[in-house]
Amino acid sequence: MTKIEEPQKKKDVISTFFDELSRNSLIVTVLAILTGLLAGGLIAAATTESVYAAFRVSFFDGLSAGFMVFWNTYKALFTGSVGVPSEIFNALRSGDSVAINKAFTPFFESLLQATPYIFAGLSVAIGFRVGLFNIGAEGQLFVGALGTVWVATAFKGLPAIIHVPFALLGGAVCGGVWGMIPGWLKAKTGAHEVINTIMMNYIAFRLSEYLLTGILRDPNKSTPISAPIEKSAWLPRFFDDPNRFHAGFFIALLMAFLVYWLLFKTSWGFELRTVGSNPNAARYAGMSIVRSTVLTMFLSGALAGLAGANEVLGVNHNLAVAFSSGYGFDSIALALLGNSHPLGVVLAALLFGFLRNGAIQMQLTAGIPIDIISVLQALILAFIAAPAIIRTMYHLKEPKAVEIPQIAAKTEGSKP
Amino acid sequence: MEPVLELKGITKRFPGVLANDHISLSLMHGEIHALLGENGAGKTTLMNILYGLYKPDEGEIFVNGKKLVVDTPNDAIKAGVGMVHQHFMLIPVFTVTENVMLGNEYLKAGGFLDRKKVAARIREISQQYNLQVDPDAYVKDLPVGIQQRVEIIKLLFRNANILILDEPTAVLTPQEVDELFNIMKTLVAKGKSIILITHKLREVMEFADQTTVIRGGRVIGTAKQSETNQLMLASMMVGRQILLNIEKKDADPKEVVLDVKNLKVLDTHHQIAVQNVSFEVRAGEVLGVAGVQGNGQTELVRAMTGLDHPIEGKIKLMGKDITHSSVKEITELGTAHIPEDRQKDGLVLAYSIEDNLILNTWYKEPFAHNIVLQRKVILDNANQLISKFDVRTPSPLTATSNLSGGNQQKVIVAREFSRPIKLLVASQPTRGLDVGSIEYIHSRIIEKRDDGCAVLLVSTELDEIMQLSDRIAVMYRGQILAIVDAKTTTRESIGLLMAGVAPEDH
Repeated sequence: MTKIEEPQKKKDVISTFFDELSRNSLIVTVLAILTGLLAGGLIAAATTESVYAAFRVSFFDGLSAGFMVFWNTYKALFTGSVGVPSEIFNALRSGDSVAINKAFTPFFESLLQATPYIFAGLSVAIGFRVGLFNIGAEGQLFVGALGTVWVATAFKGLPAIIHVPFALLGGAVCGGVWGMIPGWLKAKTGAHEVINTIMMNYIAFRLSEYLLTGILRDPNKSTPISAPIEKSAWLPRFFDDPNRFHAGFFIALLMAFLVYWLLFKTSWGFELRTVGSNPNAARYAGMSIVRSTVLTMFLSGALAGLAGANEVLGVNHNLAVAFSSGYGFDSIALALLGNSHPLGVVLAALLFGFLRNGAIQMQLTAGIPIDIISVLQALILAFIAAPAIIRTMYHLKEPKAVEIPQIAAKTEGSKP
Repeated sequence: MEPVLELKGITKRFPGVLANDHISLSLMHGEIHALLGENGAGKTTLMNILYGLYKPDEGEIFVNGKKLVVDTPNDAIKAGVGMVHQHFMLIPVFTVTENVMLGNEYLKAGGFLDRKKVAARIREISQQYNLQVDPDAYVKDLPVGIQQRVEIIKLLFRNANILILDEPTAVLTPQEVDELFNIMKTLVAKGKSIILITHKLREVMEFADQTTVIRGGRVIGTAKQSETNQLMLASMMVGRQILLNIEKKDADPKEVVLDVKNLKVLDTHHQIAVQNVSFEVRAGEVLGVAGVQGNGQTELVRAMTGLDHPIEGKIKLMGKDITHSSVKEITELGTAHIPEDRQKDGLVLAYSIEDNLILNTWYKEPFAHNIVLQRKVILDNANQLISKFDVRTPSPLTATSNLSGGNQQKVIVAREFSRPIKLLVASQPTRGLDVGSIEYIHSRIIEKRDDGCAVLLVSTELDEIMQLSDRIAVMYRGQILAIVDAKTTTRESIGLLMAGVAPEDH
């Protein structure tokens, strides 16, 4: 029985964006996020000692204490990641630029937190689209950061307009080469990229420790840390302290657009997606699996490398051992959440950025441990990965056939 | 005589589709009743209703005169109705015994599985119905024909009296088909009744006692085997007069297009699959390669199209050596390839029709300018080809996974025939298709031949080979035993060659 689909109108760029996204069950994603957030609040309440104490007084006291924790959690999460509405309102009314800057700082700090997630999420997503599971974003991020910090410290007296792109390029190329090695091994010998990217992670971590205790080390410091980078290599900031928001966010958005354009608008992307969707058909059509694999792993590594470069040039202005807090690993989950689509990745990265940033405030004011955010993220991802749960909970219909790269579909484990 | 199974006025609606429209059908005791219809006619929906996988919107089912309500397959099994699906429901890493007992386990004291008792019962069934199978063999080691026997044994083990076989011959070799029908004869002789779902006319005429034809979800008619013929059934099935034999002019072979010399090709397990094969195909002729599946045809085609390279021998296309050329180079020289497995190799099912139509020209003008895909050109191209090749689809943006098998094949044919080509390599071009689509694809292939294209046709369907070919090469164990003139040969002599009997032996 042929299922009859409604004829679709001709697509333009914007509607293709949303078409790509919605066909994959956007509604499930939204519901998964909401359900995850709700469950996170419940867990926060359930793990707070004072709630139990209140329950011992009376059932009603317990309920109201639980609700207060629940409410305070979200309030702190919101004020920490977006800002305090009354402060924003007052600052805008007073017109005082220092106050405005201060009031909006949480919001921009969230964007800042989201930036490396965008780069690293794109890195994993482009791999998924071509049927490659790049677990090595974290290692590529480290190697990218090493390349960047070398360019940013070794060259002196360059104008910023040259030094910044040069340093970014250093990070992209180093990360790219690090990703290309397992890509090349896979294409030539069939060695599985999952294994090799994991192994390359370990090599990258130890390599960064070796270099940071060796030639890259700042001799004036007691801990293994690089010298501060040249001012000319700083990614430009837009506001005064304490607002650290910098140009990296816009570079990340530009990269997301470029990845989208490459994948969906060019013949190269057509080849890459075909290799990812059906390698047999790709071979039949005369496409090169070897070239696609190596190229994709280079691009994937380069994007992860840019995540590292972004942190060095935009935030830290130096490189310390173990500077990344697992962006590369979170980005695997993030790419799945965004259905391996650049727009989805940007949205998912923003969600992660806001959650991470809000979590700090949540710990400070509501006394909720920061780890609750990890639990919350894990819950959201579990719901995304098993859409059947959400579909059953909310009585949703089955999705239509969509272009899901084989590997991502396997990981989601949901398509029959 | 009382019917063992009666369906009365079964109706099933899906959104936008009336899949079954008041279908009634009676199955008599001890008969083979064929349910004949094109893909998408509603055969499978009807059987899934009978098997409890779908709920009918209207209609009733009676077994032995008693009304039956089936909510789950278990209800159907309890009433003695069993089904062998087109795609087998076996677990490859389990033994035959384990597969048969799955869901109906015999237990020993202490809750352990009683494999011995089940195996004994399987042997009993094997003997009673002449279904030879080793209960201890792993299913993954068994040929497809034997796996099908295991499915039948599963039903008999559950005491099914009414067996539904869904397209049972689609995956079988001609010999296995013969064996299956012997088994079916034995089953009905011992009092079972069988519903045979198929779209193959030859099978219906040879094996069914009665045939019910359905089209567009409706019963078109029921006929006794003695009162009908292939042509009549075909017309009922398709709804118009059909040509079972393509009319074609005599071939007018011109220059040599494909020249193959002493070819030796390895298969994926590095075993020799093709050996010492030489032939040529000329412009304006069809060379048919006949043979039972698995005699080197797949590897031969892969070597012709650049997907694999031979370890010995030479392949020349229009005088140019392509022995070690890539797929892309061979395609650009003017080769079209209809692959053996359309869903695995020929299409990206998740892609739209328009994208599948540029699958091997994606990088070329006018579809790509520099590296930018020209969506408008791609869409225009799709609209044109869809109407020219009569692809039935609501939109060129529909994913090919939503198309029927016949329409999927038309997408491939449209793509391959819309380029200027000198050589057509067609491998199993009509496998699994309905009569209407087969007729259409056959006439397109002959049209290409008459345009001066050289055609290499590989098929395991002897009818197809006999109808389309001008010369026939028969492959057996990787070698070509003989190349004969299609006009002077007979089905029987080709059949002998396919079985490995060389010409000098008879």
